[in-house]
Amino acid sequence: MTQKLVIIGAGMASGRVIEHLLEADPDAYHITLFNAETRGNYNRIMLSPVLSGEKSYDDIVTHSDDWYAENGVTCRFGEHVVSIDRESKTVTGENGDVPYDKLIIATGSAPFVIPVPGKDLPNVISYRDLDDTNAMIDAAAQGGSAVVIGGGLLGLEAAAGLSERGMTVTVLHLMGHLMERQLDEAAGYLLRKDLEERGITIKTQASTKAILGEDRAEAVLLETGDVLPADLVVMAVGIRPETRLANDAGLDVARGIEVNAQMQSSDPDIYAVGECVEFDGHLFGLVAPLYEQAGVVARSLLGEADAFVVRELATKLKVTGCDLFSAGDFAEADGREDIVFRDPSRGIYKRLVIEQDRLVGAVMYGDTTDGNWFFGLIKDGTEIDEMRDTLIFGPAYQGGASADPLSAVAALPPEAEICGCNGVCKSSIVDAITGGATDLGAIRATTKASASCGTCTGLVEQLLEVTLGEDYAAPESQPVCGCTDLDHEDLRRLIKSQELKSQAAVWQELGWKTPNGCHVCRPAVNFYLLADWPLEYRDDPQSRFVNERKHANIQKDGTFSVVPRMWGGITTPDELRAIADAADKYDVPTVKVTGGQRIDLLGVRGENLPAIWADLNKAGLVSGHAYSKGLRTVKTCVGTDHCRFGTQDSTGLGIKLEKILWGSWTPHKVKLGVSGCPRNCAEATCKDVGIICVDSGYQVSVAGAAGMEVKETERLADAETEQEAIDLTIAFIQLYRENAKYLDRPYKWVAKVGLDWVKSRVVDDLNERQRLIDAFELSQTIYRKDPWAEHATDRETRANYAPLANLVLEAAE
Amino acid sequence: MSWIDIGHIDDIPLRGARVVKTPSGCVGLFRTDEAEVFAASNACPHKGGPLSEGIVHGQKVTCPLHNWVFDLNTGKAQGSDDGRVDTYPVRLENGRILIDGLAIGKRSAA
Repeated sequence: MTQKLVIIGAGMASGRVIEHLLEADPDAYHITLFNAETRGNYNRIMLSPVLSGEKSYDDIVTHSDDWYAENGVTCRFGEHVVSIDRESKTVTGENGDVPYDKLIIATGSAPFVIPVPGKDLPNVISYRDLDDTNAMIDAAAQGGSAVVIGGGLLGLEAAAGLSERGMTVTVLHLMGHLMERQLDEAAGYLLRKDLEERGITIKTQASTKAILGEDRAEAVLLETGDVLPADLVVMAVGIRPETRLANDAGLDVARGIEVNAQMQSSDPDIYAVGECVEFDGHLFGLVAPLYEQAGVVARSLLGEADAFVVRELATKLKVTGCDLFSAGDFAEADGREDIVFRDPSRGIYKRLVIEQDRLVGAVMYGDTTDGNWFFGLIKDGTEIDEMRDTLIFGPAYQGGASADPLSAVAALPPEAEICGCNGVCKSSIVDAITGGATDLGAIRATTKASASCGTCTGLVEQLLEVTLGEDYAAPESQPVCGCTDLDHEDLRRLIKSQELKSQAAVWQELGWKTPNGCHVCRPAVNFYLLADWPLEYRDDPQSRFVNERKHANIQKDGTFSVVPRMWGGITTPDELRAIADAADKYDVPTVKVTGGQRIDLLGVRGENLPAIWADLNKAGLVSGHAYSKGLRTVKTCVGTDHCRFGTQDSTGLGIKLEKILWGSWTPHKVKLGVSGCPRNCAEATCKDVGIICVDSGYQVSVAGAAGMEVKETERLADAETEQEAIDLTIAFIQLYRENAKYLDRPYKWVAKVGLDWVKSRVVDDLNERQRLIDAFELSQTIYRKDPWAEHATDRETRANYAPLANLVLEAAE
Repeated sequence: MSWIDIGHIDDIPLRGARVVKTPSGCVGLFRTDEAEVFAASNACPHKGGPLSEGIVHGQKVTCPLHNWVFDLNTGKAQGSDDGRVDTYPVRLENGRILIDGLAIGKRSAA
């Protein structure tokens, strides 16, 4: 006997259910299909090609009106369902009731709209269906600017389509990198680079505050205060299951409509399928599991046993020219390891995640040809132990060549290209080696191999080793750490020449061997980036040693020391009282006067730091940066104010210098001294920069040391005016910031480059001196501020100093 | 297992850590990736350094006091250093971090 089946929602999942039913037993059910849209089922996955103009709506229709008619499906299109009555088993539509024996809810998902002012303006649209797509196509025909909120799959496809149609597109993404749920940082970086190359502007960590405009959206306001003009705003921040009908009908609903493995809801006559369901805690947004669900529903309706299981999923982005692939799980797995492969010159990144000799996740960018092979290994749980060494090279490399890099290099044919930048092949390099070029420098000089981007340096060194055998002496320059073969000098050079402006860019373009560096390279890379790109790069606290992240010095017992700044060593009774009060209030066990003319409060507990800073801030005291690789102190003597020998206002100059330089980050700590006469009471001649005041002006000397090594400063120049002394100091410090190796104090750096080289830039070349001063000042517009004040007042930052949770108290209750 | 909700993943900075006080001492919660968190004892077995203040890289953390490196999967010290920190079951559900209450509580009873 024919039963009555009612389906709410004509999407891809329910479309597949109908196909299965008609194929298996066309007489089992009479089907009534409701759809809020005025049309039947079409391939929603292909909306992006419609938007970009590669396809039309007709191309993507899966079920035409004729098809429904031929198969006897009663269509109620353009009609919203008002309610479900489970008692009488009827569905109420806007145009009347329909009784059912079985009901399928396939209401899909609704776009998530972020609750900001202006979200309801007419030209703010989401991206879910054909009407949205057509609205975007119409808007794009007018040209102008579009802002897409959301850098996930949908948002990027919308952005690419609108850009293809001639709009100026900006994508705003809340997270640190694009598609963070499917991609890791390195792949996200490559994707961003590709999209930017087609003219799309990407802003990450961009939080939308409001959409501006009276009758229409005219601009988007960010939390940072930036305003982006917009003729069209697309909101694609995510979707949530559409569960309102199910909720009203009293079905069990969590995030989605809860179903069992037969896709039955809590009412056995009501099934649910597609994006509106929740099964075993999972939601579904990709088409593969939806189709599987559809098969299960159809067979369950026909009385056959079947069960839905959650499987691994693979993602591909449908933007022409951006090849990315992501599959499986690269989160939340204990005991996993990574294999990372990068080919910077071709923009390729591959990462495999292995757990217990099995592949569990894969991310690829640039070359995804092996994606399905890896996906197969993931799904099948294949043991990969045997092929592990060559796994990342894909199926073509299995069952053969040795993984020893030296024999791999030895096996390369003579015409194999080693240096892509300069087109140098293996035989040219081998000829040069046999001709007497026995180290890297000589190879670079004779063949230019590895002399440009430097990423083939490892290959060239292996060639030296293979060709020379035991005669080869490994180069003396030390790589930064195990994550890379580059030394610090090459790293700095490449960051500048390749304009690398993010850590992900460095890891990818310079072929880092680890996913995100280590405790040795991350602080160095972080400094190089912020020194070279002060405006573009944002300091990353997570790449800093604890002292610089917490703005206090960690002590051996895990407590911290707090040192407020005393400009030029000058303080006041009020400041001293505030320090004394703070020491009392926070039970500071030790108060010590430092060698840099300040007061150190030792033994402050980490969670008290924001509070003690807030108290000190109230008295006008700011961070002394006693923990930083940056400007520490400017030590002064009293100069002409009080001293009968003083020749200039050394205290005043010290204060001026400290106010200019404070907050700046440098390769290592920087200490200054200004003495008012050659008696040198401020001990200026063992500082990084020491100024001795004399009758005729100021003797500026640099590169002293008084630590593990003791070294007198060397004279940089004599300045006639105070301003010139200040200019020379700033220019010297900026040159040091731009060129020195991380953790080299100035005296070590000057020993490497030579004082004459420094003088030629800082003293002799006035244009260069001014450029250095300007560059320093630009950087200081970002960094000349009190980190204590920020950390003490910003609630979110402040929270980081407290425990995330206290389960001891809860346990006691 | 008895899972206790201790906070949201976004309460921990990416490649950063936070501390949770538990009956068996301070436990560090390490966020190694956008959606990946590990839990391990906060005290370095070497000199008791607070691991949650260390630099988090890959699935490892480096102690801020003397640069011992620990694999957060196993808790084992890497390289030539010899030692181990306790690790605890932790999982993520809709961005919430759940820690196994039995694992962190049992010890205090023992």
